[in-house]
Order: sequence, then C-alpha cells, then structure tokens
Amino acid sequence: MLISYQWLSNYVDITDITPQQLADELTLHGVEVDAVEELGAEVNKLTVGKVLSCEQHPDADKLKVCRVDVAEEEPLQIVCGAPNVAEGQLVAVARVGGRLPGGVKIKKAKLRGQRSEGMICSLQELGFEGKVIPKKYSEGIFAFPENREPGTDAKEALGLNDTVLELDLTPNRSDCLSVLGTAYEIAAVLGREVTLPEAPVTVSEKKASEIVKVTVEDKDANPYYGAGMIQGVTIKESPLWLQTVLMASGVRPLNNVVDVTNYVLLEYGQPLHAFDFDRFGSDEVVVRKAYAEEKMVTLDGEERLLSDSHLVITNGNEPTALAGVMGGAASEVENDTSNLLLEAAYFNPSVVRQAQRDLGIRSDSSIRFEKGVDPNGVVPAGRRAASLIQQLAGGEVLDETAEFDELDRSEKVIRITLGRINSSLGTDLSAENVLSIMDRLQFKAEEEEGEFIIHVPTRRQDISIEPDIVEEVARLYGYDNIPVTLPNTPSTQGGLSEKQKQKRKIRRFLESGGLHEAVSYSLTTKEKEAAFIGAEQRRVAVALPMSEERSTLRTTLVPHLLDALSHNRNRNRYNLSLYEMGSVFHTEEENVSVQPQEQTHLAGAFMGLWEQHAWQGEKKAVDFFVVKGIVEGILAELQAVAGFEKTEKPGLHPGRTASVVADGEEVGWIGQLHPSTAKQWSLPETYVFELNLMKLLESGGDEMRYRPIPRYPAVDRDIALVVDHKVSARELEAVIRETGGELLTRADVFDLYEGEHVEAGKKSVAFSLRYLNTEKTLTEEEVTLVHSQVLKALEEKTGAVLRTQ
Amino acid sequence: MLDRLQELHGEAAGKIEEANTLDELQQVRVAYLGKKGPITEVMKSMGKLSKEERPVVGQKVNEVRQDLQQLIERKEAVLEQEAVSEQLKKESIDVTLPGRPVKKGSRHPLTSVVERIEDVFTGMGFQVAEGPEVETDYYNFESLNLPKHHPARDMQDTFFITSDLLLRTQTSPVQVRTMEKHEGRGPVKIVCPGKVYRRDEDDATHSHQFMQIEGLVVDEGIRMSDLKGIFEAFVKSYFGEDRKIRLRPSFFPFTEPSAELDISCALCGGEGCRTCKGTGWIEVLGAGMVHPNVLEMGGFDPEKYSGFAFGMGVERFAMLKYGIDDIRHFYTNDARFLEQFTRE
Ligand SMILES: [Zn+2]
Repeated sequence: MLISYQWLSNYVDITDITPQQLADELTLHGVEVDAVEELGAEVNKLTVGKVLSCEQHPDADKLKVCRVDVAEEEPLQIVCGAPNVAEGQLVAVARVGGRLPGGVKIKKAKLRGQRSEGMICSLQELGFEGKVIPKKYSEGIFAFPENREPGTDAKEALGLNDTVLELDLTPNRSDCLSVLGTAYEIAAVLGREVTLPEAPVTVSEKKASEIVKVTVEDKDANPYYGAGMIQGVTIKESPLWLQTVLMASGVRPLNNVVDVTNYVLLEYGQPLHAFDFDRFGSDEVVVRKAYAEEKMVTLDGEERLLSDSHLVITNGNEPTALAGVMGGAASEVENDTSNLLLEAAYFNPSVVRQAQRDLGIRSDSSIRFEKGVDPNGVVPAGRRAASLIQQLAGGEVLDETAEFDELDRSEKVIRITLGRINSSLGTDLSAENVLSIMDRLQFKAEEEEGEFIIHVPTRRQDISIEPDIVEEVARLYGYDNIPVTLPNTPSTQGGLSEKQKQKRKIRRFLESGGLHEAVSYSLTTKEKEAAFIGAEQRRVAVALPMSEERSTLRTTLVPHLLDALSHNRNRNRYNLSLYEMGSVFHTEEENVSVQPQEQTHLAGAFMGLWEQHAWQGEKKAVDFFVVKGIVEGILAELQAVAGFEKTEKPGLHPGRTASVVADGEEVGWIGQLHPSTAKQWSLPETYVFELNLMKLLESGGDEMRYRPIPRYPAVDRDIALVVDHKVSARELEAVIRETGGELLTRADVFDLYEGEHVEAGKKSVAFSLRYLNTEKTLTEEEVTLVHSQVLKALEEKTGAVLRTQ
Repeated sequence: MLDRLQELHGEAAGKIEEANTLDELQQVRVAYLGKKGPITEVMKSMGKLSKEERPVVGQKVNEVRQDLQQLIERKEAVLEQEAVSEQLKKESIDVTLPGRPVKKGSRHPLTSVVERIEDVFTGMGFQVAEGPEVETDYYNFESLNLPKHHPARDMQDTFFITSDLLLRTQTSPVQVRTMEKHEGRGPVKIVCPGKVYRRDEDDATHSHQFMQIEGLVVDEGIRMSDLKGIFEAFVKSYFGEDRKIRLRPSFFPFTEPSAELDISCALCGGEGCRTCKGTGWIEVLGAGMVHPNVLEMGGFDPEKYSGFAFGMGVERFAMLKYGIDDIRHFYTNDARFLEQFTRE
C-alpha cells in the first residue's frame, strides 16, 4: 500500500514529524513501512511555462523550436522533440542549472544549430512510473490540464513535494489498506485526533429508489447493496490534484468519475463501482450466484467463465459485474456517459476470495473485500464519492439510495481484566494506562469491577479475542518497554536424544574422514532415480509441481549426490567425496492418501583420488574397499552389527556391489557405479553407498565396557592359502574362526595374490592368525595342535591348501 | 720385553690416531689387541721370564692394553660422531616443501548453524524435537489457527500432494505434535529444526526448499517478558554480547501478540548500512505468545497455560553469519563453497 504523506496530513496532524520519523514510529508499533520515497527528490528548478510559439526546426524533422514564457523578461527558446508539444500549452520546464531524476543536469545547449535553454518535460522524465501515467501523457510531454501562472513552481503543482510511504501490511491489518485507516493508526501511535473528510451533497428531489430496484438473492454473500444515482454528469479529465494524488498512490488516472471511485477506495478502503446506467441494460439490480459456465466480459476485456460459487451483479438478465472483483465491460463509464449508477456494497470476504482464486484476478477491490471492509464505512464512502463526483463532474445526485440492507454493523465487545493483561505481558500497567491506550485507539472502554468492557470499532475487523486486546496494549505501550525476564518454570533437562547424538557422531566421523557434507533438494523426478529404482516403485508426487524437475519426493539420496559430483567435475574438480544425511519418502499406495514413510538415510559418493600427496608422487584412487572401510567405520561408530554380502543392483557394477545386512535385513548397500550409469552423469569410476540410518540407529549396540588387557603373550602364525578363485575371504575367515575357537583372537587378511605364481583359476589369500589364552601362557604344543586343526578344516571345507614356495 | 711393549704401545697409539673410519679402527684393535696380536704374543712368552720379572711385565702389559683400549674407545666415539654427522648431512631435507595434509571434510553451513542454535537452546533446558516433512493440512495449518480459506494461508504458497497432504511450509507443525505428546501438562521447552518447502521460484533470495528452526515454551505463567529474556540470552550467546535486540509488533496466525525480532547490525554497529537497509537493525526471527486456539488444539488449557513460540530461517542466519549473498549456494554443493567450511 502506497500512502501519500500530504494526503494523510488532511486527516491527522503530522506537520511536526518528518515522513521518516513517522515511518519509524509506525514500524515500531506494528505497521511496517518498507520504504519512504521522496517523490521529487531529484527534481529541482522546475517552472510552469507557456508555449508562445512552436515552429519546425530548420534542420531536424522531429524537433521543434519553442518560445516559452516563464515570466521572465525574455521568453526561453527551447528545442523539443515531443510530437504533442503545441502553442498555447502550459508545460513543466526544467530550467538551466536544474536537475531531473537519473542524474540529468540541464545545461544550455545547441541542438542542430538551434540554441535550447531548458527542457520541456514528460511525466516519465519527472520520475513518474509508466504504469501510473495517464494514457494522454504517456507519449510526449505533459501539459497542465488547468490554468497555471507561468513562472510558478511546477514541482509543487505536480505533487512532487510529496513523500510516499510504502506500507508492508500483515494480513490482519487490512484496516490500513486506506488513508483513513492509516490515519487512525497514526493518531493512536502519536496520541492525536482524526479529522474525517467532509462530504457535502446537494440532493435532488428525485429518488434513486424509485428509478432502480435492488434485489439480493444471497444475503450472506451480499448483506448490503446500495445503488446511488447521479444524472447528467460530464466525463472529463480530473483536476491535477486528484491525478497527482492517484499517481502517487500507484493508480493511473482515467477520468473524473473513475478517479473519484478510486480515490474513495484509497481513502476509505471501501471499493465502489460506477456503472453507466444507460448501458446497464435494465432498471433493476439483481445480485445472485452465477450459473454454472455462465460467461461475462470484464473491464479488462477478458471473457470470464464463471461457476455457481461466484457472485455477480446482474441487470436481471446478464452479469454486469463480478461482485467485488471487477466491473463488466458492457456498462463501463465512457466519455459519453451521463447517468451513473454508483454501487457501494459489502460483499462477503470468502465469496470474493473464492472468485479471486478461481479466476486469478487480484484487483484493488478484491484485495479489500477478501479481508472484510468496515461495515460502517460502506454508506459514508458512497456518500463521499457522490459528493466528489458532483463537485468534479457536475450532475444531480438523487435522493434515497436504492438499497438491500441486512448488514450487521454492531461492534464486538471484549471483556478482559487488568490482571490478565499484566500476566500475559509481564508488565505492571495500571487501569489508567490501559484506558488511555484504548482512548488513543478510539476503542470505547469502561472499567467495571476490575474488568474492562471494550467496544471494538468495526474498522478493526482483526480484533476479536482477549489476546488481541493484549497485543493492542502491548504495541501502543511499546514492545521495547516490556521488561526482560526469564520463565519461572521449574528447570528442565535439556539436550539431544540418543539418536540425535548418534547422528552428530556420524557427521563428525565422516568429516574427519575427509568427506564434505552436501545438502540437496528433496524434490526430484522419477527419471532421475530410474537408474537405481525401478519405475514400479510407488512415489509421492506433488499435485501441481512448479517444474517437471521437482515433481516427486526422492526415494534415494544417491542421484542428487551424483548431480553434485557432476557439477563439480564440470568445474574441473576431479577428486571429491560427498555425503548427505536426509529424508527419503516411501509409500505403499498407488494414490497417496496417508503420510508416506519418512526415513533418514545416509549416502556417500566418491570420485577420483582418495589419497594424494603430489610432490611425493603418492596417489591412491578411491575403490570399493575405501568406501567399504568408511561404511564399516560408520557401523562401528553406531556399534551396529552388520555384514556384507555380494549382490547385484540396478545402476551398479555387477561384480562390485555389496548389501549391508543386519538382522537378516538389508539396511544399505555399497558399490561402484555401473559404467553406463556413470556415463549418464558424465562421471569417471565412481563409488556410492546408501544406508538406512533409522534402521541402523535402532540396531545400535550396548554401552561400551572395558575389557582387561591380556596378561599372557599371544602367538602369531601367518598362513598363505591357495584356494579356488570363487572362495570368498569371508568363507575362509569363518572356517578359521570356527575351528580356532576361543584361543583364536584375530584372523586378518594381509595379502591377496592372483597371477603367474599360482595355478590358473586359483588365488592366494594370506591370513595372520593370533592365538591367545587369557588364563595362562600358551605352550608351543597347544598352538600347533589348534593351528593344524585349522589348516585341516580349511582344506576339508574350502579346498584351501598351504601355499608352498 | 718392556721395550718391546713400549714400542708396540707407541705404534698402536699412532695407528689409532691415524684411523679414519670405524673399520680401520677395528682393524687396529684386532691387529694389536686380538688373540693373535703382538701384545698377546708378549703375554704368551711371559712364561720364559723369571719370577721377579713376570709381575712387572704383566703389569706393563695390562697398562698398555688398558691404555690402548681407552684410546680406541675415545677414537671410536669421535669417529661415530663424525659418521653420524655425515649421515645427518646426507639426510638433510627441504623443510619448506609443503606438508602432507590431514584429510578433513566439512560440515555444511546449514548444519553448523542448526547445531550451534541447538546447543544454545539445549544449554537453556530445551530439547530438540523433530517431525515429518510431509504433513497433513491439520498440523501444518488448521491446528495452527489457519482454517481452510484463511487469507493468511496466502503468506505461504504450498506444495500440496493431496487436498490433505502437503510438504510442510513451516516447522510449526512440530509444536502441536509435541504438545499432544505432553498430554496437557507442562512444561514444554523445545526447538525443532528441519526442512520446509514453499512454492517460490529459486533465485538469489528465494528457495523452494529451506530450513527453519521453531521453538516453543509452554507452561503456567509464561509471559511475553519471558520471550524477551530468552531471546536476549540467545542473541548474546549466538551473535555476541554486544548485540542489542528489538521487538516489533507483527502478525502470525498462530501467535497473539506477535512480534518480529531485530538485532542490531554488526556491520555498521547500528549506524545504518546496505546490509541493514540503512535501518541499523536486521530482522532475524518471528515470534509471539501462543494463540489460545493453538494451545487448545495441542491439548493445553489456555486459561491455565500460556506460552511463546518463535521461528527462524536457518539460511538467513548462515547468510548473516558468513556473508553469503545467494541462497542457491546452499543447495548447489559446489566443492569451492563447501570446502570453505572445513574449519567450522
Ligand atoms: Zn548496518
């Protein structure tokens, strides 16, 4: 909402406060002022001039040489390029030495050999925005529509000494969508009076109610409809004061009648509509719900398809306006209009809101009706408009507005105690303090046995319950004056839950392992996940996505991590390891009706070198076992018991993929990207993992306990086993552990060899075994006995034989 | 024989002195003190001497041996010292070459901010609560005093999944969910961080996905002055002791009275600059006293209980803290961005 400071000052005395101070006061008390714009800040030395003569430039087709009277001894010679400059016009002249917006400095100049002593200005050049400039002046210079004395200050005449406040209103403060409403707010904040505008009308003997009949079919949707009549008006350009105040408020002037309705809309916050009664099509106004698929053409020339949830003003036959939103094209006020039907009505907010949403129109009217206008402001606003129209367009205002009236204009009454106010705020206000604040707000209030009885004016539709009164008291008392205390609650045990702590622990672990944490979008596409997750997977889709790219909720974290690797690779970053912890969303339903399962997953993606020390020539590319080591580390951090099983999965290398299995259930996987998947993302050899963190957090182990350090020495035995290629290290280890029993404390792979020194189809796997008895020193015989059993079992169960040199 | 010993002593001492390496010294030792060396020979031939002469020569032999032994040890120490020096000289490196970096990853700045804020509040007795990102209309709106068709719903353009399911537009639904768990008994003291979603076109200042932290305190006798107290403690702890706070009236459907919290601008110290748009203040969070309808829907009796709630944008905090100018950086995962947070 744009509000002219000068306009405001008609209703509340603000002469002793600067616009900036006013803005600060308003902001601190609850009506935020986003910007304070001094309109003519960059304009000076602007004078009214009269074009005495206007001749073709001898050497330029598009230029004219004008002699302009600025009430000095000699008229100025000014070269002007505007097509509409003409003799006899009163124009705005930027004088030599003056300035215009955009850093323009006016100097004496020669244009194609002709001297030019100033500039005749257009409204654009004076800083008005194109969208508010009247059509008449949109191309070419501005000419005063009314008499002005040459040589007088044109800046003042064009309203350029004004300042505009831009209000950023919260949805509850629609009362400030008007100059008067804002004046009430200022009066409350500064403790001043509001002077209401006068609306003198000379009423004729004829009665509107005898010429037009008003019927309302849906009184909930339209509890009040007033049709005033003004006959014999003359449509013309509005006087300059009206045009400039509208422009300052962001509204484009059109003609005197429409300008008045817009002016009153801004002044009272009450939208009005003037119909050309001769084009209305009948002498009855019927307000009804539209028929299904009924059509009408609105003022903006658009054909609108209506439904039975929309309210229309009709002439008994067809719609002439979309109630509260926009008038119809057929009965629009035109230059030849002479008889007006002036609508002042109250439309139900939800009805207007519905139409606004369905039809995608937000007009100055609809945004006010949808919030609820002041029921007590409807008739005065109509009267004010009639008064101004009579003043500016002449005509006869008919007596007795034709009306339908079932409008509730009663004020809400709220009862609240002083104790309640003070205990809500932590203040120590007296009854007088509260009453004085109510008085500033112009809320009628009395105190009765410790209770305030407060009558809330209907302009404040936002006030309806006790806390609303508490807020009014607080904001006028000043939030800054409320004391600072701490809650008197018993002290509570704050902190993170075990799971929250575990999540942090994993982050620390991954950070120290050299991974960077990524955060990516939850919304993705089925196609992006297709490489890993089949199309048959049910997904949670957004009903109306903003773009195809963000249409379903992710079921895996990996694709966006690959996007991130790809993004970085395209920026010459070849070695990178990323992880992300975030939610994925699963549903069992074809058409989602209940909340999906949301699970916290943890995923990682790795490309390029894992270890590198350039000048020492060390390089180690990431491989399956780097990633496995990280996953094993995560499991260890969580004390989760899980194993790895060879598997195959879509999108991954069939020979380099493992499931992570806990309690017989897959809780995640590791693998190398399948080369064709990698290619899809333009990535080199890339490794990924994804874990269902929720499941792992649940399977987490017991609290850590100390184990005594062994008091007896251990015996180490290294063995190299030759086995069939397909026998896994885990199988070998299982046999070793099973046979080694309690004496075997470690069995670690320390070498793997395949090549010319072992038979084709076989491999050599070397283990380092450690035997230990925690009770006593092991004898050589004991070790040899168990070790030979181990070797025997290996041979029997896996075909492994000791490698001989 | 004594002369012979004297002679050998002089000879050996000379050779010890001349030895340049430990090897040479060893050779000298073997040559003179070894089992086949001349001094041993002298000892062996002592049997031929008279009773009187034997102890004299024996003593002399011992003296010579001991002296040579000492000379060798001394020489050995010198040579060892030289050898070590030589070795160290060879082992000299260019210490200005770069060291081997310890691999270290980074925490995403949004995570850092969330964790820091959690830490401040848990230190004040708050717990951390979490809730689903796909919410029902009831928890996201209705229970927060935003019935269907309420104009204030426009403040948050929503990604709907069905007419009843949506991507939460705020972390506030966790308020009501937590209150329900408390079954009408206070105190409730929680902060709830999480992702939220709104239908905004992504640009430098808007993101369709962002993060919020919600806070809620409900108990008997909670006052608006308590909200100021908690904020003051939070701001001083998070932004620094010298920051001032300012509350301005505002509007949120789920609080009444509502407030916006500003902190004094760190860049200009309140003088006014570009960051604070010349006001000297920076808006950091929205807050207010919990609306009685919300308390009621959370199962708390508004006649007995009161509370305050607040919500803050994590990206905004991160942008203010680190001077980041484009919100999209948080979601692009560019290594050049992420790596800068290694030390955080
Ligand atoms: Zn600043």
